[in-house]
Amino acid sequence: MNTDLQIKKLLTGISGFDQVTEGGLPAGRTTLVSGTAGSGKTVLAAQFLAEGIRKFGEAGVFITFEEPPADIRRNISSLGWRIADWEAHGKWMFVDASPQTNEEVSFAGGYDLSALLARIENAVRQTNAKRVAMDSLGAIFSRFEDTSLIRSELFRIASSLKHMGVTAMMTAERREEYGDISRFGVEEFVADNVIILRNVLEHEKRRRTLEILKFRGTSHHKGEYPFTIIPQQGIVVIPLSAIELKQKSSAVRITSGNAELDRMCNGGFFRDSIILVSGATGTGKTLITTEFIAGGVAHGERCLLFAFEESREQLFRNAIGWGRDFEAMENAGKLRVVCEYPEVAGLEDHLIRIKMEIEAFRPNRVALDSLSALERISSLKGFREFVIGLTSYIKQEEIAGLFTATTPTLTGGASVTETHISTITDLIILLRYVEMHGEMQRGITVLKMRGSPHDKDIREFQIDSSGMHIGQPFRKITGILAGRPIRIEDVDDL
Amino acid sequence: MPKPCLKLYIAGTTVHSQRAVQNLRKICEEIVESGCEVDIIDVLLYPDRAEEDKIIATPTLIRASPPPVRRVIGDLTDISRVIAILGLNAASEL
Repeated sequence: MNTDLQIKKLLTGISGFDQVTEGGLPAGRTTLVSGTAGSGKTVLAAQFLAEGIRKFGEAGVFITFEEPPADIRRNISSLGWRIADWEAHGKWMFVDASPQTNEEVSFAGGYDLSALLARIENAVRQTNAKRVAMDSLGAIFSRFEDTSLIRSELFRIASSLKHMGVTAMMTAERREEYGDISRFGVEEFVADNVIILRNVLEHEKRRRTLEILKFRGTSHHKGEYPFTIIPQQGIVVIPLSAIELKQKSSAVRITSGNAELDRMCNGGFFRDSIILVSGATGTGKTLITTEFIAGGVAHGERCLLFAFEESREQLFRNAIGWGRDFEAMENAGKLRVVCEYPEVAGLEDHLIRIKMEIEAFRPNRVALDSLSALERISSLKGFREFVIGLTSYIKQEEIAGLFTATTPTLTGGASVTETHISTITDLIILLRYVEMHGEMQRGITVLKMRGSPHDKDIREFQIDSSGMHIGQPFRKITGILAGRPIRIEDVDDL
Repeated sequence: MPKPCLKLYIAGTTVHSQRAVQNLRKICEEIVESGCEVDIIDVLLYPDRAEEDKIIATPTLIRASPPPVRRVIGDLTDISRVIAILGLNAASEL
């Protein structure tokens, strides 16, 4: 009974969009996309048609009220799509309803938009289109004085599209990011389905989001989802929590690359776990990362390393210093190292690039050194979304992921990164400087490990030319994690 | 003076369309002494022609010549206004 009433959805093929919409746009209906200037409305409308052509072989009709088709062809070509080719193959057709600047237009008496409707119906018939995009409605309101007439005519067009069985997207302007849904009250008549695009300035960073305000008679994810626009792909929506729930957990253990650390973890990391290594600068985070990578390669696994703090040369030199040869691993095709400055791109773009690298290389392990470097370039909210997006993606792919985080103080305390992502991680390893008898020593502990017993000791460790050597626990000392080690005898003496 | 060349786009037999045809006939036959060339196009039958001229609203009257091209949207009820817009009064006063 219920399923009969459910409105079917049309997969758009827009990356991430079909996840947050739980299967695409309501099929055979019109969805209003409302957003401020520069929020990406035209790109979304064009991409809706482009993906139909590229992924499903479905033709589309693009009705433009604002920019002439030549401008749209040119602007969209920067995304790598060749609209003119699709037009030549009858897959894409423009209905040009943009203002004709060289002609004077006057009004004398009653009229309606039957001509526009006839042209749309004609284009849909000729191409056998399944998708229609109209961009953007504000432009037509500004050309006709009678806004209530235009509203009812647009309603007539939407009804006619429904009758033809096409799925449509109409775009409309809004003045502010959080206010009325659209100008001219467009949502009043095609309001069954409304999507809002935003382009918000947050802590001096631009942040684009998409929100499904309503889909009548069918389900969707709620809240704002970040998205980005990148060449060749166009809009990519980051589904975040939409994919978070589907994680399976694995009981298979893999090596950390260090036998003693494996013992502390009761036999190694779980295969699909997210591991956070936190510590001050110089405590050995990059070393743990190096051993994690080398350990994977030694077992025939493919490893992908993203480095945001050190150059390639520096990384490779470090690894050699600890007896690991990254170059040989790369030559064997088992390792790929991607070095980037965090500042070259926004966080969403980094996330997309990381995903694309993972998709291309198909690693068993991914390491990222360090998350804190990425934190610098974003707002806290954006950063948290990035981490959730990245970890859920890694989990979904059943890859082991190791991230490092830098603590701001040398001897203790938590990093911002740590506080924001600790709930998402399965395993947290802390590295600390410990001042003992007037000299600095290093300590390691496994703070938490989901689904497994683990060593609770804080152990001292040494670093030499063959890597990390974990030794005995610190005894009769307390307060190491807090950064204030006190000998217990001293406490007793008080 | 050469006869002005007019195109009237209508949509089937709607009230607006019928009124526009009657009003245009009145303008041409009774007011413009030299007469005018008129092409009446039904967008429901010839959507491709509406596409060529990028017609959105019906009725739309286009003065294709003499230049510049002018468009009048509506059922042409206000005849004197239409005549003024199309610049036909000059011809009638000759």
